[in-house]
Amino acid sequence: MSTPDSFNPVPAGTHPAYASPEYKSTILRSPAQPLVRLPHTLTEVTGPQPGADVLGPTVADFTKYNGGEAVGERIIVTGRVLDDYGRPVPHTVLEIWQANAAGRYHHPVDQHAAPLDPHFLGSGRVTTDADGTYRFQSIKPGAYPWKNHHNAWRPNHIHFSLFGPGMATRLITQMYFPGDPLLALDPIYNSIPDAAARQRLVSHFDIEVTQPEYALGYRFDIVLRGRHATPMEN
Amino acid sequence: MSGLTSSQTIGPFFHHALLRDGQSTVTRPASQGERIIVEGKVTDGDGALVTDAMIEIWQANAAGRYDHPADTQDKPRDPAFHGFGRARTDANGIYRFETVKPGAVPGRGNSLQAPHIAVTIFARGLLNHLSTRLYFADEPLNDSDAVLALVPDAARRQTLIATPVAGAPVKTYRFDIVLQGEGETVFFEI
Repeated sequence: MSTPDSFNPVPAGTHPAYASPEYKSTILRSPAQPLVRLPHTLTEVTGPQPGADVLGPTVADFTKYNGGEAVGERIIVTGRVLDDYGRPVPHTVLEIWQANAAGRYHHPVDQHAAPLDPHFLGSGRVTTDADGTYRFQSIKPGAYPWKNHHNAWRPNHIHFSLFGPGMATRLITQMYFPGDPLLALDPIYNSIPDAAARQRLVSHFDIEVTQPEYALGYRFDIVLRGRHATPMEN
Repeated sequence: MSGLTSSQTIGPFFHHALLRDGQSTVTRPASQGERIIVEGKVTDGDGALVTDAMIEIWQANAAGRYDHPADTQDKPRDPAFHGFGRARTDANGIYRFETVKPGAVPGRGNSLQAPHIAVTIFARGLLNHLSTRLYFADEPLNDSDAVLALVPDAARRQTLIATPVAGAPVKTYRFDIVLQGEGETVFFEI
């Protein structure tokens, strides 16, 4: 049988190097041997399409956990999940997590001396519609210190996890906010070699998404690899 | 084509968002095929336990068919087996899945791949996730598998072979993952 259409290669500079010593946790966790390039087989062109039974129910409003209103600056985040031909990726799940307004995660390992918010768990799950659009409302995450180096603070950011159509499109990334002075100092953000690729992780403030008297709007599109346009050789 | 979104680390605080009870049990009561357990330890370049990793698996059903529209083989689907699992490593650096032994799936061209499970590793310090494959020690098809053959060093190829654990009540395969250094697992660029 022929191999189904493969996914396009990732352009150089798009993804960070595994060994990025400025981000100290990579020093002992990055492979020392070169990766073996694997031409895609049925295993890589297929991939998990888990539903709510596995991942959990959809939660598109993070601001009302546990019966009350979360503290902080309300935001609406929306965008499209597209492939690299600009085609929408419909009906794909985004899993999302972040710190609260004070810069603390609802997580036992996070011992940053900033308050927890009983009404903010800081995570949720949405699905793109037929047009590839997702949307959720949350609280703008605060910056927080980490012990990577002297006076290290993570820029405000939101984590995203996506599957897309196949194993080769699996992506975990972070969305940043425009104008954040910490971006230029952040070894995780700066681990991406290509400046244009870095910039694509910065969301845009959008007055059209912004809701009067309620929340500021940000737009963040996510681009996954597209399926190769021509059939593979046999 | 251009403009792909870059990868970033999963960080240490993903648990509330990504982990739920039962995700490491890929089988359901009605799943077809031989029940197996897959487990192993994750270690770093110092041999230290990686206790904050998340592992995902993706595999075909017992008949060798993926639960995905791009798999158009004339083989039975198993509505009670979707082939995706997710687990975290514990305080001992151990992850564990309950699943079924996958059937063989086609490779490129007219080839047949040895039964295998795609394994993905996420952790603090991994700016990109790592992709590898788990093969089974007792499979004769390993000798002709085109992906195993991509690994030039036969000794390193062994890092992709899960070994049966003697005396386990349910058939258990051990698959340790070494992120760096001596015995480093072969990782694939996919």
